[in-house]
Amino acid sequence: MKTQFLTAVVASFTAASVATTSMAQMTEIGEGEGELSIVAWAGYIERGETDPAFDWVTGFEEATGCMVSVKTANTSDEMVALMNEGGFDLVTASGDASLRMIAGKRVQAINTDLVPSWSTVDDRLKDAPWHTVGGVHYGVPYMWGPNVLMYNTEAFAEPPTSWSVVFEETTLGDGESNAGRVQAYDGPIHIADAALYLMTHQPELGIEDPYELTQDQYDAALDLLRGQRELVSRYWHDAFIQIDDFKNEGMVASGSWPFQVNLLKADSVPVASVIPEEGATGWADTTMLHADSEHPNCAYMWFEHQLSSNLQSDLSVWFGAVPSVPAACSDGRGMQTQEGCDANGLDQFEKIRFWKTPVTQCESQGECVPYYRWVSDYIGVIGGR
Amino acid sequence: MTIADPRAALPRTDSAATRVSDVLWRRPTLLLVLLLTPPVLWLGIIYLGSLFALLLQSFFSIDHFTGLINYEFTLRTYAELFTPTNFDIILRTVTMAACATLASAIIAFPIAYYAARFARGRWRAVFYIGVMMPLWSSYLVKIYAWKLILAKEGILTWALEKLHLLWLLEAYLSLPVVGGNSLSVSPTGTFIVFVYVWMPFMILPIQAALERVPASMLEASGDLGARPGQTFRHVLLPLALPGVVAGSIFTFSLTLGDYIIPQIIGTSRLFIGQAVYQHQGIAGNIPLAAAFAVVPIVIMGIYLTIARRMGAFDAL
Repeated sequence: MKTQFLTAVVASFTAASVATTSMAQMTEIGEGEGELSIVAWAGYIERGETDPAFDWVTGFEEATGCMVSVKTANTSDEMVALMNEGGFDLVTASGDASLRMIAGKRVQAINTDLVPSWSTVDDRLKDAPWHTVGGVHYGVPYMWGPNVLMYNTEAFAEPPTSWSVVFEETTLGDGESNAGRVQAYDGPIHIADAALYLMTHQPELGIEDPYELTQDQYDAALDLLRGQRELVSRYWHDAFIQIDDFKNEGMVASGSWPFQVNLLKADSVPVASVIPEEGATGWADTTMLHADSEHPNCAYMWFEHQLSSNLQSDLSVWFGAVPSVPAACSDGRGMQTQEGCDANGLDQFEKIRFWKTPVTQCESQGECVPYYRWVSDYIGVIGGR
Repeated sequence: MTIADPRAALPRTDSAATRVSDVLWRRPTLLLVLLLTPPVLWLGIIYLGSLFALLLQSFFSIDHFTGLINYEFTLRTYAELFTPTNFDIILRTVTMAACATLASAIIAFPIAYYAARFARGRWRAVFYIGVMMPLWSSYLVKIYAWKLILAKEGILTWALEKLHLLWLLEAYLSLPVVGGNSLSVSPTGTFIVFVYVWMPFMILPIQAALERVPASMLEASGDLGARPGQTFRHVLLPLALPGVVAGSIFTFSLTLGDYIIPQIIGTSRLFIGQAVYQHQGIAGNIPLAAAFAVVPIVIMGIYLTIARRMGAFDAL
């Protein structure tokens, strides 16, 4: 009798907690509130002002009456800071920011039933761990892309096949050492690139996931990066300074984004890019809704717009990225073509390890080194410690 | 009574402005209070208030995973300043500030001396324009120009190559600590640009101080048998020291706070300004950023105390 009573109590508690969880989600979309503010990466929300051919905002505003305002952020950490401040509706968060915002309860769960085009999302992204926690979705996939290895075609006789050209001292095709002629990304997430390299070259470390490192694996990655510090004269932070360094500073190889590769090529600098045999890290961005959003109806309308309109196709051309809706590559809704998607990395999905925030409780092993240590230790590595 | 009351002769104009004017004339204290309140409020609330708000932030701490600030009094954030990584940043910045200040003073002194003692007429105008003109153009333009000058494929390397002096540059760049792959990515490059950008702030105060040194004192020193070096050490420098110190306060504190030059030119190793910028703007770690921002305030406090002990302000 007593047991039954306890079971009933536990069951009702469970039911209540499940009910509150689903209560947090929207159940229907009402009238638009007339406004929508988005925290986004530069170039992500274009209304034809930079280039009239690239516009995926005015159509949305006309159709829904939701006027879009954009706050540009330069790094994932800045996005988290802005969302913590509040006052925004949506954020185009990369995987190294999304989990932090979910843990900090800055974003709310998404009811995918209210987004008719959800079924068109790439199956590989639907339940991606950087926006799905415990089976609950906290965002709608936006865009993804690889961090490629950019190289100067005059310094390399053959395209490089390994990231070793930026991690270890070697003699390049033009007969000179790579010391002082390579660059690395000036963000703590670059530690994952080192870990990814070690997965192939020091398999005895047993790294399964470059974002989930035990103390020993983490120390090995930092050692590799300390060696890299000897080769790197200046780390890149701003895409345009990297472009200048490839033009004037004699840089020949670096991890980079398709964005810089395209701009340098357009400027007739002899560069190309590859995804080396170790694979590459990448970013997969998710649009997430602020927990205290004042315009949730407009936000849900945006979710549908971002998946079904010309946005996916045209943005992938504009940014050198890959759409989260594979059909957008080929169905002619925008300017992107199947060849363009393939060039941006569509068929390389399996080789890419997407950015996510390193946490203490990690899945692949017992205890991992958390992100705040990555931040302080990477500052130390750049500082020569 | 033969003399009429003068007020009776004047027409009574009882307009509001006149009455206000009368009240203020009768009560000068009121006028003073009215005039002083706005600037004091500005200084007290907006200027110092924001500084105290910042200081307050430095006593909070941050939850490292969620990035949310923990509003409880703690000194943990200050302790973080003394971890090897952060302490390196402080040492690096202070060393750079000291070197840039010293070099600015050494270069600025002869220029200021010439301007104060010998430049006349048109040359004086040329001097002022020459010193001030770099201040009129944008700070960023100057830094990017220097990036191109110092770059590996830049104009300086090109010029040295033509002069067959490239070996000299390469020998210098192979030195540890100050060298690097090219001037633009070496600490020397950062140093050169700092010295260039802050130079006017050093020249102008020294020049003002030198102009107030009577020429007769230098002549008297010479008459009494002092060699030029002795005159400089015992007469000119002590009298001009307030100017040098004023200039060094500018160059020292500006270098301590700058975050743009080391980001564009140098080795990517952080300076205090960049640490503040990164922790505040990027990592959202306002407490640590605030604690870092306190460092230059403390250093300047120590610096000014030492300068006062050395008698730098005695002549003020």
